[in-house]
Amino acid sequence: MIELSYFAAAVLFILGLKRMSSPKTARGGIVWAGAGMVVATFATFFMPDMGNYGLMILAILIGGGAAWYTGKKVAMTDMPQMIAIYNGMGGGAAAAIAAVELLKGHFDNSTFQVLAVAGALIGSVAFSGSMIAFAKLQGLMKKSFHFPSQQAINLVVFGLAIAFGLYVMFAEAPGGFALFMFFALALAFGVLMTLPIGGADMPVVISLYNALTGLAVAFEGFVLGNAAMIIAGTVVGSAGTLLTQLMAKAMNRPLTNVLFSGFGAVEAESSAGPEGEMKEIGAADAAVMMAFANKVIIVPGYGLAVAQAQHKIWELSEMLEEQGVDVKFAIHPVAGRMPGHMNVLLAEAGVPYDKIYDLEEINAEFPQADVALVIGANDVVNPVARNDKSSPIYGMPILNADQAQNVIVVKRGRGRGFSGIENGLFFLDNTRMLYGDGQEVAAKLIAEVKQL
Amino acid sequence: MIEGFTALYIFMLAAFTGYEVIARVPVILHTPLMSGSNFVHGIVLVGAMVAMGHADTDLERFIGFIGVMLAAGNAVGGYVVTERMLEMFKSSKEDRK
Repeated sequence: MIELSYFAAAVLFILGLKRMSSPKTARGGIVWAGAGMVVATFATFFMPDMGNYGLMILAILIGGGAAWYTGKKVAMTDMPQMIAIYNGMGGGAAAAIAAVELLKGHFDNSTFQVLAVAGALIGSVAFSGSMIAFAKLQGLMKKSFHFPSQQAINLVVFGLAIAFGLYVMFAEAPGGFALFMFFALALAFGVLMTLPIGGADMPVVISLYNALTGLAVAFEGFVLGNAAMIIAGTVVGSAGTLLTQLMAKAMNRPLTNVLFSGFGAVEAESSAGPEGEMKEIGAADAAVMMAFANKVIIVPGYGLAVAQAQHKIWELSEMLEEQGVDVKFAIHPVAGRMPGHMNVLLAEAGVPYDKIYDLEEINAEFPQADVALVIGANDVVNPVARNDKSSPIYGMPILNADQAQNVIVVKRGRGRGFSGIENGLFFLDNTRMLYGDGQEVAAKLIAEVKQL
Repeated sequence: MIEGFTALYIFMLAAFTGYEVIARVPVILHTPLMSGSNFVHGIVLVGAMVAMGHADTDLERFIGFIGVMLAAGNAVGGYVVTERMLEMFKSSKEDRK
């Protein structure tokens, strides 16, 4: 009966994930997977030879309750770090299972012992690494830390963790001290490995830890002989690895670069910067320009989300549509803090997903657009990526906003973007700058369009 | 118990399944999908419960307790966040409130 429930859970997880990979069925997908989880958890209470039920239920209530509360409360812009922290908890749980099993220490088969240690190592790294990722994205930890011979030290810590791991694996009676050292070193390695990675690369790292946790869960599943854990963990492990690769590709950052070099520490602004000057425009003129256009493409970036301007922008685009303007949203794969994050933020504001276009779909349309409205986006529309080989973002696919008839850039100030790279788009003849906070500017534009 | 090669077969098939399920996903769903797969490995809860259920000493019980707590957080948090995100994906043809 229990085995049957686990089987059903595994099937529900896979079907759920499958449904989640299309926007039409995605909402049902999570419900399916959720049902699988409930079935599996419930069945586990009926496993033979179990005890400690009271404490177990208490632990579920505490952990689940805290997660429920924070999950409901968190703002959509903070979503990436919440995923990091929940993921880290999963890795920590896998490590805890390994700790209990290793303390008991009666394995029928040495393969299981090896898997338990491997899962513990991966789980611990995912746990402490995810916590650092959370701290960084939450802004608790501003800088990326570098110190001399960092990689050598990381390697030593990793090597020591492996050494203790091997000892635990093959010793007759490993004892508490060796186990403790093993876990401490594994956790330390997760911290050290994540510290030097910059905030912009964090999503890729979170995705990687997500895959690692999946793998750790699968390993512990082998140890416990639990098919549901093996299947679910492995599916997440391979899906997560693929997702990590897709993300790294979308950001044009090979995974090895992300893990082994700091971003932004590399270049000292090689070129003299683009020629020409930035030209300003007022909200009134900008409103007229858009209201009498045939086609407007809006390019939102993370700045839009920070200013909480999504709702205002959607209101503005609805008003423009009433004037007969064709409005589309163009989203760069890495707009926001991770791929797809901006889609979530726009969806929150009520923008239907069929108004939102990917880079490949929309780029051909920019030359026909009368106005491209760039809000809070910078690097993803920087033409430097196309033609300046010395630029660190050279080769990254960009949105061709510069090919629109007119470009209006809404920006807080004259400074550079997230990556610190000068943007050639701002200096073009057909570009006008509209300075101000995203939300205020959007409100002004709405007021002006109303008066027309 | 699942032994030797059977385990390896399960591992291989599940790995391919995961790959195939994700292979053609549009970029707009990357974040929800990462969150969704994050939820799925919350199944670790089941393992944590088993480990805790078999715990004999106080130390084992303590570690088991932490494990179950973390795992429950993973499962519940993963679900809530994913559900909230997907809740917002609606097409313009549907009625919006």
